[in-house]
Amino acid sequence: MNKILILFAHPAFKRSTINAALRDGIEGEDGITIHDLYGAYPDFFIDVDYEQRLCEAHDIIIFQHPFYWYSTPAILKEWLDLVLEHGWAYGSQGNALAGKYTLQAITAGGDGASYRTGGTNGHTIGELISPYRATASLCGMHWLPPFVVLGVHRGLPGVIVNGHVERYRQAIIALRDGRVNYQEAARHEYLNSNLKAIIREP
Amino acid sequence: MEHFLLQLFIFLIAATIAVPLARTCRLGSVLGYLIAGIVIGPFGLSLIAETEEIMHFTEFGVVMMLFLVGLELKPSLLWQMRTPILGIGGSQVFFSTVLITLIGILFIPWQQALAIGLTLALSSTAIVLQTLREKGLLNTGPGRSIFSVLLFQDLAVIPILAVLPLLAVAGVHGEAHHGAFFDLTALPGYARLLVVLVAIGFIYILGRYISRPLFRRIAATRMREIFVAAALALVIGISLLMIAVGLSPALGAFLAGVVLADSEYRHELESDIEPFKGLLLGIFFISIGASLNFTLIGEQIWLIEGIVLGLVAGKFAVLFLVSVVFKMPKAERWLFGIALCQGGEFAFVLFQFARVNGVLPQPLTETLISAVALSMFIAPLLFLVYERFIGPRISHAALSREHDHIDGHDHSVILAGFGKLGTDLGRFLISAGIKPVILDHNETSVELLRNFGFEVYYGDATRLDLLESAGAAEATLIIICLGEHEPARQLVTLVRKHYPHLKIAVAAEDRRAVYEFMDLGVVTMRRKTFDSALALGQDALQLLGYDRYEAYRLMRLFRKKDEDTLPELYRIFTEDRDSYISMYRQHNHELAELMVKDQQTDMDELDKAWAGGNPHE
Repeated sequence: MNKILILFAHPAFKRSTINAALRDGIEGEDGITIHDLYGAYPDFFIDVDYEQRLCEAHDIIIFQHPFYWYSTPAILKEWLDLVLEHGWAYGSQGNALAGKYTLQAITAGGDGASYRTGGTNGHTIGELISPYRATASLCGMHWLPPFVVLGVHRGLPGVIVNGHVERYRQAIIALRDGRVNYQEAARHEYLNSNLKAIIREP
Repeated sequence: MEHFLLQLFIFLIAATIAVPLARTCRLGSVLGYLIAGIVIGPFGLSLIAETEEIMHFTEFGVVMMLFLVGLELKPSLLWQMRTPILGIGGSQVFFSTVLITLIGILFIPWQQALAIGLTLALSSTAIVLQTLREKGLLNTGPGRSIFSVLLFQDLAVIPILAVLPLLAVAGVHGEAHHGAFFDLTALPGYARLLVVLVAIGFIYILGRYISRPLFRRIAATRMREIFVAAALALVIGISLLMIAVGLSPALGAFLAGVVLADSEYRHELESDIEPFKGLLLGIFFISIGASLNFTLIGEQIWLIEGIVLGLVAGKFAVLFLVSVVFKMPKAERWLFGIALCQGGEFAFVLFQFARVNGVLPQPLTETLISAVALSMFIAPLLFLVYERFIGPRISHAALSREHDHIDGHDHSVILAGFGKLGTDLGRFLISAGIKPVILDHNETSVELLRNFGFEVYYGDATRLDLLESAGAAEATLIIICLGEHEPARQLVTLVRKHYPHLKIAVAAEDRRAVYEFMDLGVVTMRRKTFDSALALGQDALQLLGYDRYEAYRLMRLFRKKDEDTLPELYRIFTEDRDSYISMYRQHNHELAELMVKDQQTDMDELDKAWAGGNPHE
């Protein structure tokens, strides 16, 4: 069984609907630690030591956040800047994260058509999150495509939201139980492009 | 004297035995009192004989209760409630009167039927309010509707008293009992109205302008009994004035309460009057129980039973209809109907009055009074039925939502102490939209702060009754910012013991105070001067040429390290204390321990941040 760390970042959690629903769907599951960064560090004073111990104790690290300015909320950048120390996360001595898996769970306002070359946002999600891919690579981690919920600006109907919540839950549980076919997953644009194709039934 | 004491003793003993028993059986205190009354009354152990006198005297409890209710109702809130009071209350009284009168006409002359209709339309303020408060329903949606109706009924008593003599069919049997100092009826109509208006104006001026400097003076003496005396004198004086001008004393007391609801002495007044009210009402209920004439009831069992059933069913039907017409939520209709379908204590007064004025014959009033008393007896039982069988079936969403709403706006936070620290804290909370109930013991600062629009009340926060009337039972949080450690410690102990649900946040004098609060189980506390010290230290670093952000980070790191060492230092503190080291040595030991910790502190952590490094090294 894999241990999963979810680094959750939403500066206005009270007002979030999709992220809160996604998070509620997996709250309390065995082997899954949800760590609310804005809740833990309201003044951005990140406890580096604690964060590093937390990463070491888990096998899969998921950054769950809304998509702000084609990137993450500010605290996640601060987290990367401070926690991924030379000699711990990278460098010839730094291999604390090596071999672990990582992915992002993103909610974005625009819809699928806008995140295309020639679309209103001009780039695909995959292109925009390439810094995370590079970071994973530098730290020797296995990068997985992101779990993506698009079009939240229009306000998603309850049925659609529930569908996302359910698929997020399935994906996380499958990752935990080692039922995800990583090679197959890497071929898809999003982790949730076709969940059935990458998850083995228990 | 001896006889009086004996009577009092019997009443008190009956109450102390019956009420806790009733509580254990979850029957509510009102029913407990009533049963106690039956037990000690002429049809039980015959321990007391004359109850009428006592009932009249203790009716004053109702006056005090309305004063207290008024204290909780600010004029603005009362204005907001004008529609339910006039609309719901008015239609309840009107339609109940019409229904009862129509039924009555079948048996008796219309004048008598109307007199009975007007009287029986009223419900029991004493029982209903007491029960609602006990069950925590007073501030819910239905609670407010019920209260509106009761308030209208109290107002309606005045015109009813005026109308009743006009309905006389027989000659007047005796002197009409006014209890007035002078006979207002001798005055022409406009003069009477003038006198009444002057009296009400006087209450307003008294509450608004005279009472405050007076109370301030009295508060400054710091003698509690004088304050209690003044509070009692106020209520009794207003009642006398009201009786003198022919108004209901309950109404006058209510008005005085409303006028004083904005005053800083509100909670102090509340906690001073409360015990008297409780005791008087208790004895009032006991005397109702004792006055049940079982011989009469036995003789006319079917008639009385019919009247009681008809009364309860008829009023319930009217109430339910009114609740539908006024679009009250479905979940609230049952409670609204059940709460108000009994006869009230005003009936005792009004029937008596009607008999004396020759409206109703003696035997009829006795039958009716027994029926009303019986209906009051079954009122708490109906509440029980509602709680057990009806309430659980109705979704409580409506009721609890209203609760939340009140919690959010009505004082869910108590701020004890409004000195230097409390002032800034209060300002901050108010800016965040939280309006705490503020308690402070300094009468001059209370006065000043109120001029600036703070809701500050005068009183010693370590007094349990003041905490109670400040709403500790319903509050979520108490913030303690008292100037000294000892009272703060007392207050924490008090709160932990009596309001275990209440969250506590404390401003601690120093490190040692923090340990003591930890002993008491407090989790949230701050040292009063610690954060200022660090902020000033951060300024100092900046003045010495440190980068602003670096100075901030150093301060922040120091604070974190200090927080991290707290459990360890607390352990050392408890060990030292257990080994009875002298205070002086203890203090030095702590300081040394602290310094050692500081020296071990690894501030290099900051140097590593944002340092970067070559991935290939």
